[in-house]
Amino acid sequence: MAGHFAPASPADAAVPLANPPVPLVEMTDIDKSFPGVRALSRARFELKPGEVHALMGENGAGKSTLMKILSGVYTRDAGSVLLDGQPVDITSPRQAQSLGVGIIHQELALMRDLTAAQNIFIGREPRRFGILDEGQLNRDAAAIFASMNLKLEPTVKVETLTIAKQQMVEIAKALSYRSRVLIMDEPTAALNDAEIAELFTIINRLKAEGVGVVYISHKMDEIKRISDRVTVMRDGEYVGTVPAADTPIETIISMMVGRTLSNEALVIPNTADAPVALEVKNLNRGREIRDVSFAVKKGEILGFAGLMGAGRTEVARAIFGADRRESGEIWVHGKRVGIASPKDAVEAGIGYLSEDRKHFGLATGLDVRNNIALASLDRFTGLGGVLDEASMQKEAVGYIGQLSIKTPSDTQEARLLSGGNQQKVVIAKWLLRDCDILIFDEPTRGIDVGAKSEIYKLLNALAAEGKAIIVISSELPEVLRLSHRIAVMCEGRLTGMLPGGASQEEIMRLATQRQSSVAESATQRRTA
Amino acid sequence: MTDTAAPAAQKSGPRISGAFHRLLAFSGLIALVVAFSLASPNFMQTQNILAILQATSVNGVLAIAATLVIITGGIDLSVGTLMTFCAVIAGVILTYLGLPLPLGVVGAILAGTVCGLISGTIIAKLKVPPFIATLGMMLILKGLSLVISGTRPIYFNDTPGFNQIALGSVVGQIIPAVPVPNGVMILFAVALIAAFVLGKTALGRYTFALGSNEEAVRLSGVNVDRWKIGVYALAGGIVGVAGVLIASRLNSAQPALGQGYELDAIAAVVIGGTSLSGGRGTVLGTLIGALIISVLANGLRILSVAQEWQTVVTGCIIILAVYADILRRRTL
Repeated sequence: MAGHFAPASPADAAVPLANPPVPLVEMTDIDKSFPGVRALSRARFELKPGEVHALMGENGAGKSTLMKILSGVYTRDAGSVLLDGQPVDITSPRQAQSLGVGIIHQELALMRDLTAAQNIFIGREPRRFGILDEGQLNRDAAAIFASMNLKLEPTVKVETLTIAKQQMVEIAKALSYRSRVLIMDEPTAALNDAEIAELFTIINRLKAEGVGVVYISHKMDEIKRISDRVTVMRDGEYVGTVPAADTPIETIISMMVGRTLSNEALVIPNTADAPVALEVKNLNRGREIRDVSFAVKKGEILGFAGLMGAGRTEVARAIFGADRRESGEIWVHGKRVGIASPKDAVEAGIGYLSEDRKHFGLATGLDVRNNIALASLDRFTGLGGVLDEASMQKEAVGYIGQLSIKTPSDTQEARLLSGGNQQKVVIAKWLLRDCDILIFDEPTRGIDVGAKSEIYKLLNALAAEGKAIIVISSELPEVLRLSHRIAVMCEGRLTGMLPGGASQEEIMRLATQRQSSVAESATQRRTA
Repeated sequence: MTDTAAPAAQKSGPRISGAFHRLLAFSGLIALVVAFSLASPNFMQTQNILAILQATSVNGVLAIAATLVIITGGIDLSVGTLMTFCAVIAGVILTYLGLPLPLGVVGAILAGTVCGLISGTIIAKLKVPPFIATLGMMLILKGLSLVISGTRPIYFNDTPGFNQIALGSVVGQIIPAVPVPNGVMILFAVALIAAFVLGKTALGRYTFALGSNEEAVRLSGVNVDRWKIGVYALAGGIVGVAGVLIASRLNSAQPALGQGYELDAIAAVVIGGTSLSGGRGTVLGTLIGALIISVLANGLRILSVAQEWQTVVTGCIIILAVYADILRRRTL
């Protein structure tokens, strides 16, 4: 223990020689502990100029902690950080910026009501005679956009931009500090394919200019496309660094999880004769949902594929009563139900697992037991509204065992669990409520590879038990792996219903089958 | 830190931290008591201790009401003037209408509950932010109190026994050595009930859940509006109790009184470790917070410190208490 705090500085021994490619960043033997948790133990990372270096690992592997040390958010307990071969002590984000280390966080940190240019130069606005020089500000921003080959008005308000464009503004902001090291944390989480391509063009241009990019992502195909090397971390430790192009995906995954994953095939029970559990007829809401009708049978998993903004989440929320709908009928087990609020939906036996667990799924401040019981508290309420904690505990502990939720106890605060285990807590909540129609919106977003396959197995098991399941996912392999049938949406319309074995090409064709242009010209004709 | 110790420490972390803050507030209270005892022999007299408790009763009850609302992530600025409004209602029932005493008490508590219900409905159904909704209610109730009473105090001289509600001592009749005033016993009773509701009932659980993540609660199929209105109504009823207490203590309903009490109540809540962002808080903490404010006021008065300076010290204590909480969370 004392060893970690000993002044171990390899820097005073190793004066950088005239070795041509001095790494841009060299982090060695980094230790970092938080009370109760050792986040990093002898972690290592190296970044060369003009390199895209992917940093991979399951959630909790220490990727973000390591990068937060590099960008001055945290200070290290031990180890050394070298920039251009010079030892540095980065103690604040401001200092990191001045040293040329920029970070683009997963949650964009932009001020929505300000313009793109104002965002980029926040805190160091050009002034003339003490008055803000908006003209100069916009010219400076335009220059950066031009260098990125990005078509964007400096005066546009950030809130009107797409997530992808907002990300570009973040990158421009990082570049405006003359960053030579750019850390990107899950930059494509909210981007569609076209936007990802746009992002990669910019990354490649930065690369050519000698900027080193640290790319944190869970998406294997992207890593293969964009990065030169991959460093894998596990449990706060360095596992290894491999070239991205020549290393099979399986190898990288087994480095991440410490074991080889069997990609077992989905057992699809025959659901042809099963009764319909949920039927949606002619659902409509503005431009987001246009005349959507479909049915899910008992024991069936219906996948929803489509591009970002195709209206899949909107459909789910409208069925669940979370958003108002303009028209449309919802039938559950052959009976029409009126759903005006989530309460009505839950009473009809429908559970919704949001893509954004932190905001919509979990009461993160409450413990696991109360989160599991959250939708069923009325069942545990006795005389005078007193809660029966003993039964709540019994049920919670039962589900913790049944779904193998990894938590020290049922009184652990939900926010302290990993993403996969939080997702299981939400699943337990609906199972306890006896919901037999479950809508999963991006069930594995932000969940690491090992936990993903566990969630898949769980979904299969739930379907086998006779639950009717809807899975919305932006990852095609996930939809293909899970679904008995696949509904494809584009611009609010259901453009096709495919069997489980459909090809990715077929899905993509339907997902891009735009009808709005046709419809709109028809409307125009009518009004004219 | 060894690896085996890590999970255990993580597991017990949050609970220890909650206890730690109560401990901190409690140690602060003890430190104040010890300091004042050493500074003045008059402080640690039974009479003085009872006076401190008596002075805490009204603010304590109001602060408990505020605690409930603040845990949901809301705020109630109307507790002060609502208290006055309830006192005025009691005055109308007992003095103007000459009805029997229990009806006056029930009427005041009912008035508080209804006003809480109205605030809650405005917040939950009309989606008006709690700060604005209760600011509006604060002014409405202040005005109504003046209108109903004709801007004059209503005295309870015709209702013998009314001032015994707060000032009498049932305990003193049994144990003459410690004549704890009824007002103090009522404070303790309200605290016990509120702690029970928060800790053991569905309403309490939803109170914390709402403050923790309201949207998650809504998407769990819970009728969020109904529970939120319930919390504000319960808080209103508790404010009604405070209205009876203050009217009893003054033997009159003073319609001009009330504004400013809400800030003392919020101060007690904050010193007691309840988070203004919701999801976290305890009745015991609030009780300790209210006692700290009273002990300070009393002790400084005994040391002949001017009233103006007492206010300055209270302000400093609020900032210190919250800063201590921030320090604790940073080091944890």
